Amino acid sequence: MKIAVIAAQGDVEEHVVAANKALRKLGIEGKAFATIDKEEVAESDAIILPGGESTTISKLIHKSSVAEEIKKAAREGKPVMGTCAGSILLAKHGDEEVRKTKTKLLELMDIWVKRNAFGRQRESFQIRLDIKGIGEFEAVFIRAPAILKVSSNVDVLAKLDDYVVACQQDNILALSFHPELTDDTRIHEYFIKMAK
Amino acid sequence: MFLLVIPLVLFLFIEFTGIHRKKNLYITFYMENMDLEKLRFGTELIKRGFAKMQKGGVIMDVTNAEQAKIAEEAGAVAVMALHKVPADIRASGGVARMADPKKIEEIMDAVTIPVMAKCRIGHIIEARALEALGVDMVDESEVLTPADIFFHINKKKFIVPFVCGARSLGEACRRIWEGAAMIRTKGEAGTGNVVEAVKHMHLMNFAIEKVKKMDDTELNEVAVSYALPYKRLAESVSKEGIKLKDDDFIYEEYTFEDIVKGLYEVLQEVKKMGRLPVVNFAAGGIATPADAAFMMYLGADGVFVGSGIFKSSNHPEYARAIVEATENWRDASIVAEASKGLGEAMKGQEIEKLAEQLQTRGL
Repeated sequence: MKIAVIAAQGDVEEHVVAANKALRKLGIEGKAFATIDKEEVAESDAIILPGGESTTISKLIHKSSVAEEIKKAAREGKPVMGTCAGSILLAKHGDEEVRKTKTKLLELMDIWVKRNAFGRQRESFQIRLDIKGIGEFEAVFIRAPAILKVSSNVDVLAKLDDYVVACQQDNILALSFHPELTDDTRIHEYFIKMAK
Repeated sequence: MFLLVIPLVLFLFIEFTGIHRKKNLYITFYMENMDLEKLRFGTELIKRGFAKMQKGGVIMDVTNAEQAKIAEEAGAVAVMALHKVPADIRASGGVARMADPKKIEEIMDAVTIPVMAKCRIGHIIEARALEALGVDMVDESEVLTPADIFFHINKKKFIVPFVCGARSLGEACRRIWEGAAMIRTKGEAGTGNVVEAVKHMHLMNFAIEKVKKMDDTELNEVAVSYALPYKRLAESVSKEGIKLKDDDFIYEEYTFEDIVKGLYEVLQEVKKMGRLPVVNFAAGGIATPADAAFMMYLGADGVFVGSGIFKSSNHPEYARAIVEATENWRDASIVAEASKGLGEAMKGQEIEKLAEQLQTRGL
């Protein structure tokens, strides 16, 4: 199994490490690797969009047209996971900040996202979160976005107050927080199992 | 009677909650209504995590809202809000201090990406002021005139993450032990000359390679040697005849032994990971897309570009080209393409001809 971590910008290496660890734990042969190469992305079985700055990542994946490969893979039913900035890019609907910065989204999920929903860095936090299908999970939110609204075809996995912070639409997973920053690989395992 | 009490109660409520000082009422109430015991702010994980989100990116020095927007538009991952770019600080001389908070706020309001700002080395109050403004990261920077010749800020005590400059593994380890969430090479700011940043990256890489092969005894010897600069204040005092004891606190609430132990732990992390345990950026003299790509080749996690962009002849093009070269440093053809027809780069300076080297500030 080949897991492509899109290496435009952000905490790419953390996802590579977490996904490889999850593969080993599940006893699945395969590897996760960082790439921005169109062919490597096309040949992969699953794709991860890491955290970083959504404005920057969006520009780079569209410029190199790797964005098209991600969309194609998602349409073919391959699992795609976006964390933090990655979750913004997966959305069909952005907020005022997305529009103002003319950030191009991949438009793969029927969700409405809000950038920097919790405030600036000093308001960044970590919390024990109850996630459907996973259980209690230490979630790290860094200048995190939130999902304000989802369509009925989207499964909500976790909420924080009124905000959705984890959800799944068929083969696509969006998380407002960073599972790749902790040693807990359960979310990556869940993601890998989505590929079957 | 009531007519007097109601305004008074209202005044006290506003004053104590401080809501009139907070920008985003919604966020304030939202955060305060959540179960605060479950939320944890400013942990090491959150501070280092913020820095990790900047990896592979370019952080640009800006002096006004318009420049900040150009930087964001070009794909910068963050901006550094300054009163003057380093080249102008160097040219104008005098004491360089924290930028005007009004200017910093203007920049914060102009962009959606993180905004960083510089405080003087050791200046705890400037750092607290920047934290209160809500900047996303504080750069305790040698580019400004140092406020404390003995010590850097104890950054563990802050919620806001810090970035600090370093010329060597020793400086980097000291800053990390003090709580820095990100390290950058000092280079030589405002010169447009990459040679010092390259030197600092080599020095760190070489030292890390050596550390990887060391046993515990050797690591401890290095830790003792790295801890020596913390003794400077105590030693100055002892020269006047006051005797020192082993259990004296020589920096904040730490004895020399505590500091050695802390540095030993940082060195163990370096050994285990084969790199700095925090994100390591390149800074100080990066002027062209090729410079930025070169620093990435040498192992930088990303780059700071100071005077390079807004001292060039074509700001938006230059900014975009440096972003592209940084992300695609492995692909020489993209670097070549990005470097085409950019107009003039900033005029550089030779290090030997400088009146003062900023990098020597803060050990």
